[in-house]
Amino acid sequence: MTGELSETPTTSEFTSDEMMTVAASRSLHDESVCFVGIGLPSTAANLARRTHAPELVLIYESGTLGTKPRRLPLSIGDGVLAETADSVVGVPEIFNYWLQPGRVDVGFLGGAQVDRYGNINTTVIGDDYEDPKVRLPGAGGAPEIATSCGEVLIVMRHSPRAFVPDVDFITSVGYGRDGAARARLGLPGRGPVKVITDLGVLRPDEGTNELTLTGLAPGVEVEQVRAATGWPLRVAEELGVQQPPTDRELRILRELKATVGNGESS
Amino acid sequence: MARILQLDTAVAELVNDGDTVALEGFTHLIPMAAGHEIIRAGRRDLTLCRMTPDVVYDQLIGAGCARKLVFSWGGNPGVGSLHRFRDAIQHSWPVPLEIEEHSHAGMANRYVAGASGLPFAVLRGYAGTDLPEHTDTISTVRCPFTGEELAAVAALNPDVGIIHAQRADRAGNVQFWGITGVQKETVLASARSLVTVEEMVDELPEQPGAVVLPSWAVTAVAEVPGGAHPSYAQGYSERDNAYYQDWDAISRDRDRFREWLDSEIHEPERSAR
Repeated sequence: MTGELSETPTTSEFTSDEMMTVAASRSLHDESVCFVGIGLPSTAANLARRTHAPELVLIYESGTLGTKPRRLPLSIGDGVLAETADSVVGVPEIFNYWLQPGRVDVGFLGGAQVDRYGNINTTVIGDDYEDPKVRLPGAGGAPEIATSCGEVLIVMRHSPRAFVPDVDFITSVGYGRDGAARARLGLPGRGPVKVITDLGVLRPDEGTNELTLTGLAPGVEVEQVRAATGWPLRVAEELGVQQPPTDRELRILRELKATVGNGESS
Repeated sequence: MARILQLDTAVAELVNDGDTVALEGFTHLIPMAAGHEIIRAGRRDLTLCRMTPDVVYDQLIGAGCARKLVFSWGGNPGVGSLHRFRDAIQHSWPVPLEIEEHSHAGMANRYVAGASGLPFAVLRGYAGTDLPEHTDTISTVRCPFTGEELAAVAALNPDVGIIHAQRADRAGNVQFWGITGVQKETVLASARSLVTVEEMVDELPEQPGAVVLPSWAVTAVAEVPGGAHPSYAQGYSERDNAYYQDWDAISRDRDRFREWLDSEIHEPERSAR
């Protein structure tokens, strides 16, 4: 009954992180299968299931297939994921039977660094792997999510330290060091189709695969995005502006965030 | 048949200095108490294997038990970095830590090969990444039927595999359920195995979806209620999220970490278990 009103952009205040989460959520199509990591991707996927994509299938690398958590899980091994799953399988099975053959449509990735060709680094900061400036957590499931999912969405906060010309280490391949390596490798998945940030959206250029600014978050100027990007950022001829969250999206997102860490709220 | 032992006896008998040891658990059923017993026993020069080294590996590394870490993701889940792990890699404190790094898919397949008695496993993995340059146990193999080039990873066969399970019966048959990770493969890939359990029962009840490891495939079982704390055992306990958050501050500082070791691991009444 509140349908029509609630689908109009909100007039209330919202944060850039909320905009980023809503934009990520809107990128997920109903009835598709999504490989989800903890944090913002998990929030976005669960928001999508509660708004426009109720039949979205969520898979977490802990082995939970088709999970429908009643609250946001705190970790990929949260009990609520197992209790509400269609099936719980072992970790070798999730990678070998479910991810590897191409059964997953969308993978969500983030990292410490992303470069102009959508390559991601979650391994080390610095030139020397043996003696890194900063040791990061490592690969996890990401290298094979990046190659085996039908497409990849990258979600990261924009900063010159994170958006670098060349990543220090390729943990998960986008389009490779030269923008063409992905095609040479003959990988099954398309690779990153969109990078969603707190300032807007970048997409790979159709010819060169270089990440190009195609959309701005509400109230953000192109120069702000350029200043937060470590390479000379190209801007698409047709530059869109993201629709602000609707009242409904904001309400459901905030309710979801409030459930993190509460035992069994349903 | 599995022997039913006290935890301290089991660790003393099964884990030797210099061994390759895997304490597995994928955010659920993590054998924390067994890890603490290894610290208490003063084991050194271990090669520690784990897909997701988290707080208990941070503790083992900070206590100087490990020479090498074989892993695919090292972090404090839901909180951030592992500071003892970082300190060991970046500053060799308290001892240098060598690393051997994989993806989850690669590590899972290494255990599968180990459990299957094969020298390596095949997967579509690591394409386009820098990992194979730095990790000797990643290579490629050509399919003899199609000619396709695929990733190959060396089998992982630890000297000792350690897991935590919900239940065992008095004959040592082990049952666990919920998120079961790579624990079955770990036990089957290892030369020796230790399973800590929440509860010993006369007979294992029906439990849909449970993994059962028969007694003859396990070396030792020890009853350790709460042995997965601060992780959880589905049906028995909830995850102690505050512990993971508190660990961040304790582990950032070498002195605070030493105090933690003294009070939580080496205190006499704790080692009496």
